[in-house]
Amino acid sequence: MNSILQVIPLNYYVALAAILFSIGVMGVMFRRNAIIVFMCIELMLNAVNMLLTAFSTYHGDASGQVMVFFIMAVAAAEVAVGLAILVMIYNNIRTVDINELNKLKW
Amino acid sequence: MNPSLPFFVLATLSVFSALMVVLSRKPVHSVLYLIFCFFTIGGHYLLLNAQFLFAVHIIVYAGAIMVLFLFTLMFINMNKELEPHKSNLLKGAATIAAGCLLLVLVAITKGAETLPAISKSSDIGTVSNLGKALYGQYLLPFELISILLLTAMVGAVMLGKKDVE
Repeated sequence: MNSILQVIPLNYYVALAAILFSIGVMGVMFRRNAIIVFMCIELMLNAVNMLLTAFSTYHGDASGQVMVFFIMAVAAAEVAVGLAILVMIYNNIRTVDINELNKLKW
Repeated sequence: MNPSLPFFVLATLSVFSALMVVLSRKPVHSVLYLIFCFFTIGGHYLLLNAQFLFAVHIIVYAGAIMVLFLFTLMFINMNKELEPHKSNLLKGAATIAAGCLLLVLVAITKGAETLPAISKSSDIGTVSNLGKALYGQYLLPFELISILLLTAMVGAVMLGKKDVE
């Protein structure tokens, strides 16, 4: 299992994380369903998590993986509150289309 | 067998399923593709020798967060394709903007020197090692996380109630 560090340069993980992060950014701008926008945010968080893990493993330092653990806890809290807000929005205006949620837009 | 093959297979699967999350029409399909994407990312954790993170990732993301997403989708009955899509102009603009972001991200790391792999301590991802770090150096943040989770739980329950006065 140690051989992956020898055959895969760290740059490949950086590139993969960049691709996944960009797909997440694209999804946030691409879709109008607020739940899918949330899922794309999760995708971006995961790209960053994977990059932190890769750096931590290549560097031989456990701190990076501890940070990933904290990011996962924060993501769980964020999703719980965010989905509760979405359900409440749906109960009030019967849609989760983000183009309808424009009351705060200048 | 080429030793780098697992990485490329997993990377292709992750990118493909991530694209399908964005592009699939039905929200439930998006959720299922996202679960698959999380499993491939878990595979990357295994490749990187981070067994503890693999377990936590599967339990928290595939087990808890995605179930929450699926539950919410079914709760508000979103399986139909009821969102009108954005106009093609906005879709093209979104794709181009994300492509520009990818270009910048790749360009800033292009000329960087590759960090040589330190292979002497390849067992840093084990449960015992990370447990020592969590309960030693990172004890305070670890305890603060519990307050954050409690606050989020109270907030979610309060938001979910029918009438809050």
